Amino acid sequence: METPGPTSRDSVQSRRRWINLLLGSGVAASIISFIYPALRYIIPPPVAESASNFVVAAKVGELKNNNGKIFRFGSEPALLVHLADGSYRAFSAVCTHLSCTVQYRSDLREIWCACHNGLYNLEGRNVNGPPPRPLARYEVHIQGDDVVATRAA
Amino acid sequence: MTKSIIFVALLFLSLRAAVAAPPKDTCITCHAALGGDLAKPASQFEVDVHHQAGLSCADCHGGDPSDDSMNAMSHAKGFRGAPKKNQIPEFCARCHSDAAYMHRFNPQMRVDQLSEYLTSVHGKRLKQGDTKVAACVDCHGVHNILAVSDTRAPVYPTNVASTCARCHADPAYMKGFDIPTNQFALYEKSVHAQTLAGGDTSAPTCSTCHGNHGATPPGVSSVANVCGTCHVMNEQLFEKSPHQAAFAKMGLPGCVQCHSNHEIVRPTDAWVGTGPQSVCTTCHTPGDKGYGAAQAMLADLTHLDSSLTRAAEVLNVAERAGMEVSGPKVELAGAHEDLVKARVDVHTFDAAAVGKLTDSGVEIAAKSYQAGVAALRERDYRRKGLGLALIAIVLAIGGLYLKIRQMESGDSIGHRGDVERKAREV
Amino acid sequence: MATLYRKTLNWLDERFGAGSVEEFLRHKTVPVTRHILWYYLGGMTLFLFIIQVLTGILLLLYYRPTPNDAFESVQFIMTQVRFGWLIRSVHSWSANLMIFTAFLHMFSVYFLKAYRKPRELTWISGMLLFFIVLGFGFSGYLLPWNTLAFFATKVGTEMAGSVPGIGKWLLVFLRGGQEVTGATLTRFFGFHIAVLPGLATLLLAIHLFLVQKLGMSVPPSVERAVAEGRTSLRNMPFFPNFLLRDMIGWYAALGVLGGLAAIFPWELGTKADAFAAAPAGIRPEWYFLFMFQTLKYLPARILFLEGELAGILGISVAAVVWIMVPFLDRRIGFGRLTRVFSGLGVFVIGYIIVLSALALR
Repeated sequence: METPGPTSRDSVQSRRRWINLLLGSGVAASIISFIYPALRYIIPPPVAESASNFVVAAKVGELKNNNGKIFRFGSEPALLVHLADGSYRAFSAVCTHLSCTVQYRSDLREIWCACHNGLYNLEGRNVNGPPPRPLARYEVHIQGDDVVATRAA
Repeated sequence: MTKSIIFVALLFLSLRAAVAAPPKDTCITCHAALGGDLAKPASQFEVDVHHQAGLSCADCHGGDPSDDSMNAMSHAKGFRGAPKKNQIPEFCARCHSDAAYMHRFNPQMRVDQLSEYLTSVHGKRLKQGDTKVAACVDCHGVHNILAVSDTRAPVYPTNVASTCARCHADPAYMKGFDIPTNQFALYEKSVHAQTLAGGDTSAPTCSTCHGNHGATPPGVSSVANVCGTCHVMNEQLFEKSPHQAAFAKMGLPGCVQCHSNHEIVRPTDAWVGTGPQSVCTTCHTPGDKGYGAAQAMLADLTHLDSSLTRAAEVLNVAERAGMEVSGPKVELAGAHEDLVKARVDVHTFDAAAVGKLTDSGVEIAAKSYQAGVAALRERDYRRKGLGLALIAIVLAIGGLYLKIRQMESGDSIGHRGDVERKAREV
Repeated sequence: MATLYRKTLNWLDERFGAGSVEEFLRHKTVPVTRHILWYYLGGMTLFLFIIQVLTGILLLLYYRPTPNDAFESVQFIMTQVRFGWLIRSVHSWSANLMIFTAFLHMFSVYFLKAYRKPRELTWISGMLLFFIVLGFGFSGYLLPWNTLAFFATKVGTEMAGSVPGIGKWLLVFLRGGQEVTGATLTRFFGFHIAVLPGLATLLLAIHLFLVQKLGMSVPPSVERAVAEGRTSLRNMPFFPNFLLRDMIGWYAALGVLGGLAAIFPWELGTKADAFAAAPAGIRPEWYFLFMFQTLKYLPARILFLEGELAGILGISVAAVVWIMVPFLDRRIGFGRLTRVFSGLGVFVIGYIIVLSALALR
C-alpha cells in the first residue's frame, strides 16, 4: 500500500496519465483500423457492378458485314457474327468437340473449328464434322452504340 | 344350350391360335431340331437385322420354307444353298446392289458396296481365286448380322479395328502376303485409338482412312488428303510449305513421314528442333536452312511453354493464398490457345510464322504473370495491414489490462475501493 | 469528460427518466468465483452478433439475391470492392465463431445451472435465440450460391421434409417450391436479413432485459458455500471493471477475425449448377454435422418407424427436453436428480464431439 505523500501521489498521477494515454491511443488506433476499411468499402469501385450475364461485344460499325469477332463472355470466349443482311448473332465460341475456339468463315458463311474441321451453321447447329452438339446461343441487342450479348442464368 | 357354348368357345380358341401362329418356317424349325453346327444358323438368326426386317432363310438361300420335307431344299424350289467363298459378294449383292429393292427397307441405303469391293485389294484377289481374303461375311457376320449403328456389331466404329485385326494381326494367317502384321498393335498405341475408346466416335479407325468396302491403303501422294479431312489446317499449311514439293519429288508420304501411319502418337515439342527426338534431323543437317528453322521454332515454342508454366505457377500460388485470380487465369487460357496454334503452324516450316504466334502468347502470359505477382503483392499488403491492426489491438489490450490493474490496485483515488464497497452494498 | 456525461444524463432524465435506468445499471455486479471466465461468453456472443449485423449491412450494399447474380456479386465483393475481401471473410468467420461461442454460452449456463428459478424465461429465450442463430447460419450459407452451399441446402431441406405430418409443407415452405431454385434463394435472403433479425432483436431485448433485471446468477456450489458460512461472496462491478475485461476479450476476438480473414480467406467456390451431379462428400456446416451423422447411422427401420423419421423425432424430443430443463431439474443443486442432468449435459457434449468427428472422417 502506497503511503500518501506529494511525490508518490504525483508519480501515481503521471502513471495514470500514461496508462490513460496508452489505452486511449490503442483504442483510437484500433478504431481507425476498423473504420478505415469500412469507409473505403462503401465507396463504389471504378467498375460499378458485376456484369455476368451481359457484355458489350462490340461497338456498332466496328464489325463489317459477313464478319466475325471473338469476345470474352464471363470466363469463356464467345463469337459475334455480323451477317450479310446486317443482323447480329452471338454464340459460345467453345467447340463442343474438344473445346477449341471456333471462328467465323466469311467464305463459307458458317462457323468453323480449325482443330478438326467441324462446322456449325448460323443457328449454331453442328452440321458437319466431329462436333456432337450445337453451340450455345446468346441474345444480341443494340443499345445505342453498343452491340450487347446477353444470356440467361 | 351347353353344346352351342362349347362349340363357340372351341371355335374362338382355334381362331385365336390360327391368328397368333407365325407363318411356317421349316428351315428354322428343322435346323433348330438338328442340333450342333447345323442348328447354329437358326439360333443366330434371332438377332439378325434381316430377320428383324421380316426376311427368312429362303429370301437369301432360296427353297420353300413351308415345305416340311427335304424337298424344301431342292433346285425345283429355287434352293441356292450356301455360296462358296468367291461367290459371296454377288450372293449378297443380289439384293444389296438393287436400289429399288433396298430402298423399300431404307431409302437412304447405299447400293454400291459390291462395285466398291471389286476395286479393293480384297475384291481383286478374291476374283483371282484367293479365298483367304475378306468377303462380306468375314466382317459383317453370317446369320447374326447386326446394323452398323448397333454397338455390338463387328463393324461398329469401336469394333472395326479388332475385326480387321482378326486376319491382319495374325502372322500365321498372313503368311504369304507381303504386308506387315503389326498395324493393329501400333494403332492401339495411337491417340486415335485412345480417343475412340474414350467414346468420341468421330475419331478415325481402319476404315476411316482405308475405306471399308473399297479398302485400299492411301497412296503416298494421297495420304495428306486423308489426314486432311479432319486436320484441315495442318494439311493446308503443309501444302503451301516447301516440304510439299520436296516430299513429292522424293516419293515420301506427307504426314506419315513424321507422324507415322498407324502408331500416331501425341507429338511433343521435342519432335521439332535438333534434339534426340527430333524428326527434322532425319533429313536436315547442321548448316542447312531447315536445320536453322527447326532450332528457331523449337526455341520459340519452348519459350512460350515455359512462360505459360511460370504464369500458371504464380497464379496457383496466389490462388492457394486465398487471392481471387479467376480473371487472369482466363486470360492465360488465351495464351495457351496461341501455343496450340503455334504448334499447328509448325507445318508451315516457317520460323517467322511460328514466332509471330509465340510472341503474342508470350505477351499474354507475361500479363498474366504480372497479375499473379500483383495478387501476391496484395496478399502481402493485406498481411502488413493485418500486422498494423494487430499492433493497434495489442496496444489497446495492453492499455485495458494496465487500466484494470491500476484501478484495482488501490494506488490512488481509483476504483479499487469501489469493489469492496459495492460488495458490501450488494 | 465526466461532466459532459452528467449533463447528457440529466438532459435525458428530464425527458424520459433515464436517470433511474442508469442508476440501476451502475449497480450491476458480477460474482467473482473460479467460474468467472464463463461469464464472458454471453457478451462475446452478443459482440460477434453485432459484428455480423455491421458486416452484413455492408455486404448488403453490393450483394444481389438472384441466381444469376448472387455468385458474381460475392465474387465482385471479393475482388473489386476495396476491402470487400475483409468484410466478407470477417462475416463468414464471425458467423462460425458466434455459433461456437453460443454453444459454449449455452453449455456453461447449463452446467452452472443458471437456468434455475427465477431465470427459467431467460433460459427459454436463450434457447430460442440459439435456434434463430442456427437459422441464420443455415440461411446465410446458401447466399453465395456456390456448389457446396446449393447441395448442402438441398440435403438440409430434404431432411426437413421427413418431419412427420408437416414435413411436406415444411419442405415447400423452406424451398419456395419443390426444388431448390432461385425462389429458395430469395426466401432465404428474406429470412436472413429481415425475419430472423426481427425475431432475434425481439428475443434479445427480452433476454437482455431479464439478465439485467434478475442480475448475474451465482453457481450453486458457491451459493451453498456462502450459505454454510464457508466463504464470502465477492462481487465485481460491471461498470467499469468487468466491462474493461470484456473489452480485452472483444479486442482479442477482433484480432482473431482479422487474422483469419487475411490469412485464411473464406472460399468463393464455383457457381452452383442445379443440373450438375452433386459433388462427393457433401456435408452441412460443422454445427449441423452431429445431426447429419446421426441420421446416417440410423438403420432403415426402428421398430415400426422409418429410420430417418425416428432420428428426427429423437432429436426433436431431445431438444424439447433440453428447453424444458429448468422445469425438469427439480431441487437444483441438491440431490441425485441434479447430478443426472449434469451427466446428461456431459453426454450431450461428448455425443456432439464424437459424431462431428466421425462426420469429418
